[in-house]
Amino acid sequence: MTSSPSASAPLLSIRDLSTWFHTGGRSVSRAVDGVSFDVMPHETVGLVGESGCGKSVTSLSILRLIERPGRIEPGSRIDFEGRDLLSLDDRAIRAIRGNRISMIFQEPMTSLNPVFNVGDQIAEVARVHSRASRREAWERAVDMLQQVGVPAPADRAREYPHQLSGGLRQRAMIAMALMMHPALLIADEPTTALDVTIQAQILELLAELQARVGMSILLITHDLGVIAESATRVLVMYAGQIVEEAPVRTLFDAAHHPYTEGLLSAMPRLGDRRERLTVIPGTVPSPTQWPAGCRFHDRCAYAWERCRTQVPPLYQIGAGHVSRCHLAAEPARRQASGAAAGAAPAS
Amino acid sequence: MHTLTWIAAAVLTTLVCGAIARAGDGDSGSPWRIALTRLRDNHTAFAALCVIVALLIVAALAPWLAPYSPIAQPDIVKLKNLPPSLAHPFGTDFASRDVFSRALYGARVSLSVALLAIVVSASVGTAYGAIAGYVGGRIDTIMMRLIDAGLSVPRILLLIAVLALWAPVPLPVLVLLLGLTGWFGVSRVVRAQVLSLRERDMVVAARALGASDREILWRHILPNVLSPIIVSITLGIANVLIVEAGLSYLGVGVRPPSASWGNMILDGADEIASLWWISTFPGLAIVVTVMAFNLLGDGLRDALDPRQVDG
Repeated sequence: MTSSPSASAPLLSIRDLSTWFHTGGRSVSRAVDGVSFDVMPHETVGLVGESGCGKSVTSLSILRLIERPGRIEPGSRIDFEGRDLLSLDDRAIRAIRGNRISMIFQEPMTSLNPVFNVGDQIAEVARVHSRASRREAWERAVDMLQQVGVPAPADRAREYPHQLSGGLRQRAMIAMALMMHPALLIADEPTTALDVTIQAQILELLAELQARVGMSILLITHDLGVIAESATRVLVMYAGQIVEEAPVRTLFDAAHHPYTEGLLSAMPRLGDRRERLTVIPGTVPSPTQWPAGCRFHDRCAYAWERCRTQVPPLYQIGAGHVSRCHLAAEPARRQASGAAAGAAPAS
Repeated sequence: MHTLTWIAAAVLTTLVCGAIARAGDGDSGSPWRIALTRLRDNHTAFAALCVIVALLIVAALAPWLAPYSPIAQPDIVKLKNLPPSLAHPFGTDFASRDVFSRALYGARVSLSVALLAIVVSASVGTAYGAIAGYVGGRIDTIMMRLIDAGLSVPRILLLIAVLALWAPVPLPVLVLLLGLTGWFGVSRVVRAQVLSLRERDMVVAARALGASDREILWRHILPNVLSPIIVSITLGIANVLIVEAGLSYLGVGVRPPSASWGNMILDGADEIASLWWISTFPGLAIVVTVMAFNLLGDGLRDALDPRQVDG
């Protein structure tokens, strides 16, 4: 990651992040296992993968929100705005959370405190991170609610979470997260719990706010549709590792990794004549015993001997496009088994 | 003779209860307001609350309401053991003291001992339970085993032993002893709640926004544990009242000549069959008060049930 003069420095740079859960006994759950990626200023990076692939643990690791028995392993490195987040003391990391890096979660109902009105909760962020007076903080909270498109914000601020609809609650969460104008917003499945129409509104709002505030977004989701709408670059995670990274167009047009292919063909598309969507056979293996070789090999239609024994590195496929698949070294095999693999879903 | 003060006390009670009822009228979405509305609409619990308000006001105003001094012995020969009459509504006891006046002052002593003791045990129990639940791990295990040890000591026997050795015991010490032996239940309730609350998304979200452990405990966890604490305080008051009455009846709690409902029952215990009024009225006072607190506690439990917030 040494700089060519034209490329700006990444806002967030993660190197060899491993977050393991030491649940007692011999077994160690290697939920995140050697993940590296960058987030540039003003960019939206999508992080996709099935449940259990480690994407949420990755996002929690960035803010050091991993609790025992989880641990970010030595050798991991997370740099943000030129600072090594993993070496900060408690007070310093707290000063970053909610201030320079914010996070929004899947379920806005359970993420809000039921006994305080939303205005108070938004105002609290300002009071934690600045010397704002109670009144000032309240006014900023109302202003923030307005900015996230909440109608009649002064009245809404006095309402309690249970009085708001799901969409309004998520807007309130976003208001909270953006109160201090963070440089990075981590959005962990921000729309999963919402109706489809509200989903689109929230994604639009995030894009609009991003343009206005100029922040970066790390968007974590299992929904490639959400990625297609919002992200500029995509990271695909599988079994605790990044298996493919590509600009969003490239990923949709020319995915390389068989897992990404699987994800794409598991997604309905307009003009699709298939009667049934393809599924990826099997499930994500247990993080206490990842398969040897390529972690995807026992679910992969192309897998051959090499995949079972040799761990694939991240092969460079094209500009900004890498894939953790031996097919990059032996592309002929894709054609060879392509017929067999292609035949299965048609039946 | 004290008619005016009695009227004032009645008016005050009505005003307070009316204010509580009206406070439940607002349509704010605050969970506390919702609970208050629900409590008001529960007639039994609201009646219990009014009885408690009345008792507290009477206890507070006892010196202005009581027709006689609680320790005056005007004529130990002629005026002793008189049955209830207009001059002595609850009769007089063996020392010619007015049982009605003593019952009013007894309310003062019994209620304040119970309330102060519960403040002690609720604070200690909440702090202990919150720490155990929030810190978790081995510290939690050790703290909970200590509670188990504490609970295995019979409370009454322990209190009798200490009080019997430390006679006469000053009231503040009695309050402390009652408080410090009664917090195990509260701390268990609080710990269980904190344990489940700290795993909630709400807490992770607060942490992600930069809140410190202290802020999380004070703003996110304790306010959400307040409901069970309030309920156990209310039910706990009833319990402490009974324990105090029992100890005073055994002669080791509140000592004569100070009146407490417990030692008043003792005064009439020997001749309960003939001089029934000496023990019966303080006994009834205990029954009514304990029942009121229990009913209020049950009502609060329903009113504060978080599962009904959306209803």
